[in-house]
Amino acid sequence: MKKILKIFFIFFKIGSFTFGGGYAMLPIIKRELVDNLGWIKEKDIYNYYAIGQSTPGIIAVNTATMTGYSLQGIKGALAATAGFILPSLIIITLIASFFKRFQEINLFQHAFAAVQITVVALILDIVIKMWQKSDKSKVSLFLFLLSFLLLVVFNISPVFVVLGAAGSGILIQYLRGNLQTAYQNYKEETKDSDQL
Amino acid sequence: MIYLTLFFEFFKVGLFALGGGLAALPFLQDLIIKYGWMTAEELLNMIAISESTPGAIGINTATFIGYNTTGIAGGITATLGLAAPSIIIIIIIAHYFQKFNEHPLVESAFSGIRPAVAGLIASAAFELAQGGIFELNKLQLNQNFKDFFDYKSLLLLVFIFIAIRKFKQHPIVYIVFAAVIGIIFKF
Repeated sequence: MKKILKIFFIFFKIGSFTFGGGYAMLPIIKRELVDNLGWIKEKDIYNYYAIGQSTPGIIAVNTATMTGYSLQGIKGALAATAGFILPSLIIITLIASFFKRFQEINLFQHAFAAVQITVVALILDIVIKMWQKSDKSKVSLFLFLLSFLLLVVFNISPVFVVLGAAGSGILIQYLRGNLQTAYQNYKEETKDSDQL
Repeated sequence: MIYLTLFFEFFKVGLFALGGGLAALPFLQDLIIKYGWMTAEELLNMIAISESTPGAIGINTATFIGYNTTGIAGGITATLGLAAPSIIIIIIIAHYFQKFNEHPLVESAFSGIRPAVAGLIASAAFELAQGGIFELNKLQLNQNFKDFFDYKSLLLLVFIFIAIRKFKQHPIVYIVFAAVIGIIFKF
């Protein structure tokens, strides 16, 4: 029960400070769940985000549900999602009921314009850290640059970029022979665990 | 039966909006027109507020539209409708992912996906910077490099970036700091 409550409050915090799309929640998730609590591995967050990007629904909600599930199954998924959504419900309901004529909207926009710039800086920091922790191979660099270009210059949907990258990953590991060895090991391991 | 309508209309948006809150906006606009839930001006204000308040844009917008129809209960119903498909689909996927994430095929797929995710995140930052910090349109219009950057924003970006690398504080610290700076210096 205690962990469930903690998941709820962490995602409440994340929901309260996520300005922009789902990517804006990543620096805070990393700080809370990887750096502070060590509950998940950093690379897992990015895996979950990739899944959240390429499935239907709101990316931030998908990422929250996925992360919550990995922490504590269905209960964790529901706690994380509820925590993430609640700040939106509270803040928007307050705004909708108090700022009927939307005159104070300028104040939000000034604050948001500067926050957006901060999110850019936080994301840059995350991307640099991702590179430092990657295998730093030419193939990784190529995949990074290619997906960036496809998204920014050619406006390809992130879904196709993720699917294409998944295919490339499989192909590359196959050509290197890693896939075949990994598959042999995997088959032996599952056989062992079956016998046990 | 406005609540049922709200729930299922937003459920549909959640189910078919692939690519997050901004992708959901056209669906939401259609909805509002179809049911006459808001005027065009209210809609524009609402999107501006949903973008500049915390939380996912899609969720904020759903709460707003729902609240506008039938108050707090409407806001909650619309938001739950929008989130429900995510919760259902992701729980199913997460279940199988936990089972198969050690499978060699899944592992090799993610070895390719990880650098692409870095690309996804970097492109999100780029889109955000474009408009906030520099404007490609302006460069094309004026052919004048001086107008390319918004210097106030660029200065803030450099300042915050150095602070992040140096002080390693919680991201929330920088976000709150920037919000205050934004209001004081009218960004």
